[in-house]
Amino acid sequence: MSINKDLVAASSTPLVLAILAEGDSWGYAILRRVRELSGGELEWTDGMLYPVLHRLERSGLIEARWQEAETGRKRKYYRVTKAGRRQLEEERRQWRTVDRTLRDAWSALAEFAGARWFVPLREGI
Amino acid sequence: MDGKQAGGPVVDGVESQIEKWRAHLRRSQAISGSDASELEDHLREQIASLTDQGLSGDEAFLVAVKRMGAIDTLTREFAREHSERLWKQLVLPGDGWDGASAAGPAYGSRRMWVALALAAGAAAAVKLPSLFGISLSERMAPAHQAFYAHNIPFFVLPFLVAYFAWERPLARASRLFLAAVFLLAALVVNLLPFPLPPGADTETLMMIHLPIVLWLAVGTAYVGGRWRGSERRMDFVRFTGELFIYMVLIALGGGVLIGMTFALFRAIGIDMEPYVGSWIAPCGAAGALLVATWLVEAKQSVIENIAPVLTRIFAPLFALLLLAFLGTMLFTGRGIDVEREILIMFDLLLVVVFGLLLYSFSARDPLARPSLLDVIQVVLVGLALVVDALALWAIGSRITEFGTTPNRLAALGLNVVLLVNLAGTAALYARFLRRRVAFVRLLEWQTVYLYVIAAWAAVVAFLFPPLFGFR
Repeated sequence: MSINKDLVAASSTPLVLAILAEGDSWGYAILRRVRELSGGELEWTDGMLYPVLHRLERSGLIEARWQEAETGRKRKYYRVTKAGRRQLEEERRQWRTVDRTLRDAWSALAEFAGARWFVPLREGI
Repeated sequence: MDGKQAGGPVVDGVESQIEKWRAHLRRSQAISGSDASELEDHLREQIASLTDQGLSGDEAFLVAVKRMGAIDTLTREFAREHSERLWKQLVLPGDGWDGASAAGPAYGSRRMWVALALAAGAAAAVKLPSLFGISLSERMAPAHQAFYAHNIPFFVLPFLVAYFAWERPLARASRLFLAAVFLLAALVVNLLPFPLPPGADTETLMMIHLPIVLWLAVGTAYVGGRWRGSERRMDFVRFTGELFIYMVLIALGGGVLIGMTFALFRAIGIDMEPYVGSWIAPCGAAGALLVATWLVEAKQSVIENIAPVLTRIFAPLFALLLLAFLGTMLFTGRGIDVEREILIMFDLLLVVVFGLLLYSFSARDPLARPSLLDVIQVVLVGLALVVDALALWAIGSRITEFGTTPNRLAALGLNVVLLVNLAGTAALYARFLRRRVAFVRLLEWQTVYLYVIAAWAAVVAFLFPPLFGFR
């Protein structure tokens, strides 16, 4: 399933923050986790994660450090900051509201439409 | 197999492909060295994971690159996030790790500190004579005024020479040569019996020409003593142009600083004028020269040279000006009004044209074919020669009538020196346009001429005063 670009972009901040809130991580592992969480449905172009990470770093929501990985190469690790955790809470609140509103809208629509031709769509949710 | 180890060294072919991919990434300014390292790390992990799943090295590389996204899109995203990187910034030492630079920062910061220390030294040197009762102020004794007027270059330039001598290998012979030039010049200047109060014509001429001689001596230090070869001399010309522009910019900032100093202290009823005149302005100017030198050297490869850009803008405009001038003369039938100091004005014109040519040559690719700008410059030189010839012809008969004063002789000499240069340039340039000679010949002609200018400046500075009886 392909997901609208704007939706992917909008969800990238809370998703990255949430993954980093589980523990410090690095680019490749974050992407792997995104794939896991979405069951492979949410596809990011790998390279695009990094500008997102750098934006979050610049606004102080996460911080980075270079450290030697087990492979012997230097790797850039990210961790979420206090401001990042606050932002995550805020995002969560907003997304919950959006989510709840949409759910209500779908169910209202389903009742209104008499649920005949709307059935396939309801199953899709 | 090695390639199967996660993130470890992969097969050789892949290794060189990764190298190429990284080089391609680095072509965009938006992606810094450390970003490229981060992306490369990602790519390697992806390749390792794919080879674990049974892909060959090449296949894994292709898939990993595909997943990473097209480099164009990637650089666009990075540019949007890091738009500041599209502006080349002067990276000062200690600005952080770039992922690629290894030995640079320590040396860079040492250079900065040495330059700053020497700047402080030059600023202190300017005030040094006040220890011996010779201080800068409005009510200086005439003898003290003369002392400062004669010795300004000797307070500052030795520090510049010291910087170059520290910064680049300078052979013993060159060091001795420079020391001898400076000592000798200082001795002569201070022993010449100029009348008091200062202001004799030959004295003013000396004060104008002495810095030119000494500046070209600084050039020997700049090129590390390897004065031969037009390329090295041209480097010094480029350096001089950039330094001049940096000094102008620093002076603008300094003007604002001094204005603020006045205004702020006036607000609490203190007049800063004596301190500004005797401390801030002279010490600031002396230090600024060293700081500007360091800046020009530090940003050499970072920021485009501005002097050649200015010449590109102004060479056509000056050609137009001269054309309009000649046209108006012809059309209205007016001759040149011969006044006493008219020659100096035409000297300045030649100096400007000489400078325009020199700096446009300094930025030109010697192997490039003749372009429209070259044609414009030939026209410019030709017009300047015609205008100057007209002026000389108008002045010609009357020069004896005015009598030979040192000023007039110096102006005439400079005119001849520059006229010969521009005539030579015009001839060579015309032959270059017809593809008869290589452009390098023009460069050689212009840079060899620095010797002539140094010689003429030395004659005016050191021989004119005794010749004219220190008038």
